[in-house]
Amino acid sequence: MKKMLSVLLLLVLLLPASALADEVVNVFNWEDYIDESVLEQFSEETGIKVNYMNFTTVEDMIVQVEANPGAFDVCFPSDYIIERMIKKDMLAEINFENVPNANQTIPYLLNPAYDPENKYSVPYLWGTVGILYNTTMVDEPVTSWSIMWDTKYANNVFMLDSIRDSMGVTLKSLGYSMNTQDIPSIMAAKQKLIEQKQSGVVKAYQVDETKDKMVAGEAALALVWSGDAQYAIDLNPDLAYAVPEEGTNVWVDGMVIPKDAKNKENAEKLINFLCRPDIAQKNCEYVRYASPNAGAIDLMGEEYTSNPVQNAPEELLSKCEFFNDIEPAFLSVYEAMWMEVKNTK
Amino acid sequence: MIDMSLPWWGWLLMGVGLVGFAAMLVVSVRRNQGIKRSLFASPYTLWMIIFTVLPVILIAYYAFTDANGAFTLDNFRNFWDSNYESNKVILDAMGEAGAAYISRGTVNVDTLVYSLWMAFKCTAICLLLGYPAALFMADRNMKLGSTLVVLFIIPMWMNFLLRTIAWMSLLEDSGLINALLKALGFEGVQLMYNSGAVLLGMVYNFLPFMVFPIYTVLNKMDFRLSEAAADLGCNSWQTLYKVVMPLSIPGVISGITMVFMPSVTTFFIPRMLGGGNTMMFGDLIEAKFLVEGNWNVGSALSLIMMLLILISLSILRKADPNGEGGGIA
Repeated sequence: MKKMLSVLLLLVLLLPASALADEVVNVFNWEDYIDESVLEQFSEETGIKVNYMNFTTVEDMIVQVEANPGAFDVCFPSDYIIERMIKKDMLAEINFENVPNANQTIPYLLNPAYDPENKYSVPYLWGTVGILYNTTMVDEPVTSWSIMWDTKYANNVFMLDSIRDSMGVTLKSLGYSMNTQDIPSIMAAKQKLIEQKQSGVVKAYQVDETKDKMVAGEAALALVWSGDAQYAIDLNPDLAYAVPEEGTNVWVDGMVIPKDAKNKENAEKLINFLCRPDIAQKNCEYVRYASPNAGAIDLMGEEYTSNPVQNAPEELLSKCEFFNDIEPAFLSVYEAMWMEVKNTK
Repeated sequence: MIDMSLPWWGWLLMGVGLVGFAAMLVVSVRRNQGIKRSLFASPYTLWMIIFTVLPVILIAYYAFTDANGAFTLDNFRNFWDSNYESNKVILDAMGEAGAAYISRGTVNVDTLVYSLWMAFKCTAICLLLGYPAALFMADRNMKLGSTLVVLFIIPMWMNFLLRTIAWMSLLEDSGLINALLKALGFEGVQLMYNSGAVLLGMVYNFLPFMVFPIYTVLNKMDFRLSEAAADLGCNSWQTLYKVVMPLSIPGVISGITMVFMPSVTTFFIPRMLGGGNTMMFGDLIEAKFLVEGNWNVGSALSLIMMLLILISLSILRKADPNGEGGGIA
């Protein structure tokens, strides 16, 4: 009997702590995309243990969520991925009675095309795509995408090696929608990108390397995401960020709850907590993207509102677009055209 | 968070592999080769089956199927015409009017030709640089020989990605070489973001693979042969040309193979040193898998490349039928 008891005790000890603690929430977020002290604070205040996991691309995230039903309670996908997840019936409707802080969301981000009735997602952070430029090399004001085609900056422009972004701003510069499925428009954009390459303006097509190279003064102009721009400007005050007047892409990373989440109420508690102004402020100041949270913006005050990188002016935003989720079959047109651009010698 | 579930055919392939392995064991025992010997080889055989044979079978499976798993040859049509899918979409969307926007895409074929050309140049440069280096290293009268061997090995202790990134900080416009030039009052020169920089990165990374096979063969060579040649009236050039070089051919063949193979499949170097301005075939395959998520076309491209390498290997094997240069070819 004694032996039995000790074996039982041992078994209990061997059980992972998470299996005993009845309150957990499983979070799946981008790498380095939260101030982690916030998670500890959440556990202290609510007694809910946070299992925190990371992904590096949203394409990978959606595969993981599909392959492991019930493994995640809160995910942080981008706008067009939210649209795809809603289409695939992968998301649970959020019970907003449990998320009162969601009313802090700024009006611009309400009723977005990817979630028209705000039923499935709450914005977490957002930003724009624009031009990061070195003021010691660029004298003129940066107001139009056409500067990225100006041969004055021959061999001095970094483009993004990212299909939707590079094709998107080119479409925008031609006056078309970034989400267009009109073949002649896409062909015109391809032609314009080929001209850009052949004229010798483009120095390189890259993604992660751009921000550090811009800090080092390797090129005059670069197509970047606003968060990368803020990172670079923090390190090199000669750099500045501009969003051209033709408009650009605005992207949002939202918080969603997968349909088969096991701890939906805890997930809602966490989302509500992350929408609390002081917490949203902490995350915004750590990650450096724009905050969707009116309360947090008030708390950050002048320093945030006077920073055009994070706080894009409203008349500009009215000209911007979200990415829509283009179905894979049609995306092959974008992909083939981008490959022809890359293949141009 | 790794998904461990396999589709049914995955289990089938695993099963076939394991049964094949068991059959091999049985056959080798029956042939009286002794169970002990084959047992020693079994961890390696198992390793080969799981990490070489199975993946190749999987690549072949993906290359001949579409996204739904049905048999198709479209992936190979995609190789020949990189606009194959998009042309279909354009015709669907626009009907007759779409004909004006349709063209054969030459991206994949162009990239393959470019990769082969780059690999050829890289191999030729490595041979020109590597052969004299191997000669010096193997020369018994040279006290520096063994030091040279160590100097060649030391950089290989570092990962090739790190070495390539190190080249970046040397060659950049704001890099070390240009900073030095400007400090001395010269104009800066653009060394990076072109195919020359890519070639430099490839030669730097693959040169040891040329030097060591040649060095090994030269080192094993009986040096009395060249003494005999000298006795019989050869001057040192004639000795090199008539005795040493012919005897070193197996090493040269092995070196060419070991440089040419990774050169054709190079990726990452064009992106880092070439600034993504020119794609090589490896970059293309990577993009198919990671950017477009099109495993089927990516696998077809991989299969075509493997086939090309196999063909060039069998040609090279003819030049070294006994495998004296390490038998890689």
